[in-house]
Amino acid sequence: MASLLEEFEIHTLSPPLVTIGGHEIAFTNSALFMTLAVAASALLMVLAMRPQALIPGRWQMAAETLYNMVAEMVESAAGEKARPFFPFIFSIFIFILFCNLFGMIPKSLAVTSHVIINFSIALVLFLIITITGFTKHGLHFLHLFVPPGAPKALLPFLVVIEFLSFAVRPFSLSIRLFANMLAGHILLQVFAGMTVSLLAAGWLAGLSVLPLVANIGITGFEFFVAVVQAYVYAFLAAIYLRDALEMH
Amino acid sequence: MEGSVKLLGAGIAMVGSLGAGIGLGLIFAAWLNALARNPSAEGKFRQVGVFGFAVTELVLLMCFVIAIMLMYTGK
Repeated sequence: MASLLEEFEIHTLSPPLVTIGGHEIAFTNSALFMTLAVAASALLMVLAMRPQALIPGRWQMAAETLYNMVAEMVESAAGEKARPFFPFIFSIFIFILFCNLFGMIPKSLAVTSHVIINFSIALVLFLIITITGFTKHGLHFLHLFVPPGAPKALLPFLVVIEFLSFAVRPFSLSIRLFANMLAGHILLQVFAGMTVSLLAAGWLAGLSVLPLVANIGITGFEFFVAVVQAYVYAFLAAIYLRDALEMH
Repeated sequence: MEGSVKLLGAGIAMVGSLGAGIGLGLIFAAWLNALARNPSAEGKFRQVGVFGFAVTELVLLMCFVIAIMLMYTGK
């Protein structure tokens, strides 16, 4: 049973490099796939945009499509003032997209299926948004927790609710991505296991085609989910940023 | 004994996905409706639709994570 989670195990690929506070830090397979994701995305962006052709080729088209998609999304979700934050959100999007897609290679590790990776990114995002809010609006930023036009009697409850919904954002953001990747990969494994056990079931062996066909469909769906979840992560980041920039 | 209760709990936890299923159905029904009424505004609908999909799906995923935690953690 425990083998379902085996593919998410992190193991070291090198001897411990440094020791910090009793924890030995080594190069793990998680670090390997993060490095791969960064290298691949940097390569795509640098090499594809090198020709800088007026009429883009295939690779340049791919890079430009990604760029335009996020640029339009940030502008429509966070407004004009969010332009300085575009590179940050674009980096988050590309990093998560490549981590998700590298996870779809058999025998590889989907880095984003570990909640701590997503949470670290979400925490940085949360800190930047809060600091931006306070530097832009000063203490007026606290008005974010007071919904305009609300009845006075309800205000104590509403402020608590608004504050909680603000504070819980990094958690919901990271858990959404992590659970999506985990659920998808476990689903693939469950159907693969079904195929194998049906093959060994004697006269029912012919039925093993059904989970196999389902698995092919789910694999396609997982590629779709990998892109959509990266997009959703960046989209929600932009929406949260709007709060800090424009308030309500 | 404890293990079987855990599995039962995992099964019960997944009952919550009922709500997410209904919610997702409502979202995509509304999306199709909007698209049929005003096909030219597809771009705007897509963003809102994806957002609604992601937020609703979180309920389902929370159930799933709790079920997995019940099944694979602890003794």
